[in-house]
Amino acid sequence: MKAYLESLGKSSEQFIDGMGKMAIMLFKAMMYAFAPPIKLRNIFKQMEFVGVQSLFVVILTGSFTGMVLALQSYNALKRFGAESLVGPTVALSMARELGPVLTGLMVTGRAGSAMATELGTMRVTEQIDALFTMAVNPIKYLVVPRILAGICMFPLLTIITDFVGVIGGYFVGVKLLGINPGIYIGRTIDFVQVDDIFTGITKSIVFGLITTLVASYNGFYTSGGAEGVGRAATSSVVMASVLILVSDYLMSSFMA
Amino acid sequence: MIKIINLKKAFGPKQVLDGVNLEIEKGKITVIIGRSGEGKSVLLKHIIGLLKPDEGKILLDGQDITAMSERDFSEVLKRFGMLFQGAALFDSMSVAGNVGFALKEHTDMNDEDILKIVREKLNRVGLANVEDMMPADLSGGMKKRVGLARAIVMDPEIVLFDEPTTGLDPIMSDSIADLVLDTQRALKTTYILITHDIPFTYKIADKIAMLHEGRIIEEGTVEEMKANQNPILRQFLEGRAEGPIKVY
Ligand SMILES: Nc1ncnc2c1ncn2[C@@H]1O[C@H](COP(=O)(O)OP(=O)(O)OP(=O)(O)O)[C@@H](O)[C@H]1O
Ligand SMILES: [Mg+2]
Repeated sequence: MKAYLESLGKSSEQFIDGMGKMAIMLFKAMMYAFAPPIKLRNIFKQMEFVGVQSLFVVILTGSFTGMVLALQSYNALKRFGAESLVGPTVALSMARELGPVLTGLMVTGRAGSAMATELGTMRVTEQIDALFTMAVNPIKYLVVPRILAGICMFPLLTIITDFVGVIGGYFVGVKLLGINPGIYIGRTIDFVQVDDIFTGITKSIVFGLITTLVASYNGFYTSGGAEGVGRAATSSVVMASVLILVSDYLMSSFMA
Repeated sequence: MIKIINLKKAFGPKQVLDGVNLEIEKGKITVIIGRSGEGKSVLLKHIIGLLKPDEGKILLDGQDITAMSERDFSEVLKRFGMLFQGAALFDSMSVAGNVGFALKEHTDMNDEDILKIVREKLNRVGLANVEDMMPADLSGGMKKRVGLARAIVMDPEIVLFDEPTTGLDPIMSDSIADLVLDTQRALKTTYILITHDIPFTYKIADKIAMLHEGRIIEEGTVEEMKANQNPILRQFLEGRAEGPIKVY
């Protein structure tokens, strides 16, 4: 019991320590982001990695989530004779919650772990030290483009997730369950407001920051060889996922 | 030009550097020798600011570089070139990308001119037609040589080499020695090298310093060191398992 509490205390201490160091990293990254020279090439490369290469995963997740949402809400709403509300249910859930959160979690699993691995490998093979000795600031060169890519690409991916989710829902609701297409679309348009979409996009910007910052932090401060790199990848996924869910709740309660 | 004063560094309970004093002269080749794990690489990393000492100073032209701001130090770094023990090549970039990296970051040269310099430096270390290869596809000795080319690409004033000849065949080692001597003569480059390669050391060193148990125990020219009777130094230079240094 005592050992358990001690280990709990130690890991929460590490967590808080980590948050502090991450805040410092974010602060430095923000300072360097605007200091010349700004190399667009590095940023585009990361955007491609975070965004383009996540497209497939995000489309798959989004469409199936939309489909299952339609199915479940149809079953529930039918009991009240409110099948016509399947469309808005799917669209609102996607736009406000599931679009940003699922995108965040999937891209964290895919790109966040890969980022932590890449940076961790660079750390343990002294490539980050080499950058420093060549008078290139490693945070500016490595971390800034990753964070910028996260902040730019997460919202775009979220919009795509939302969109394919709605299409998936339409497919199940209209083609499989036989809801009148005019009603399905009309109701969706009636109920979903621009604000709902903006809520989701705001969240996704925060998630993009969380994922890339957490991955950069874990990779950047890796120690302990190949094993350490593996640890960095795992802990960046766990940490970012938890932070995404917690911040999602907080933002939902503020932006009600 | 570089003066290391009473430098101390511990990792946890382990006192790696325990009061290192060493002077490195401008335009000279200083070779640091010592047993594996004695802290030679750690010492080099202090000189280039990758590690901060627990105690002591490093003066570069009279200025303490351990207490400099990040911005000022970044200017100082442009005077340095470093080869890491494990080469530390960027594995996301080709050989040309690695060697030309500093030129791309710090000069306005176009890609064509950069490639010309890259080729020339690669030639200096005995490599040709490897520009487009990726570091993962190189042999150990080739990596080291690409690392050497990268370290000297900006013609730095001060060059730090951590075991430049480890993993190279004897012929290649000798040509690296010539490279060091040529650039020292032509550009008045100051060299600080770590090596276990005794013939190489004898060929190039203006000064040899031996690091042992966290301090520089002996230093001098090749002749002085050859004549020095310190049994620890003798055992090391002659490569004997028996002597005051215990293997176990
Ligand atoms: N970042 C670090 N954290 C903890 N200990 C370290 C660190 N860097 C080096 N050490 C320790 O410092 C000691 C000296 O290491 P160093 O790499 O300088 O040895 P070296 O003299 O270069 O040896 P070799 O000739 O084998 O390269 C070693 O015991 C090593 O374990
Ligand atoms: Mg070493």
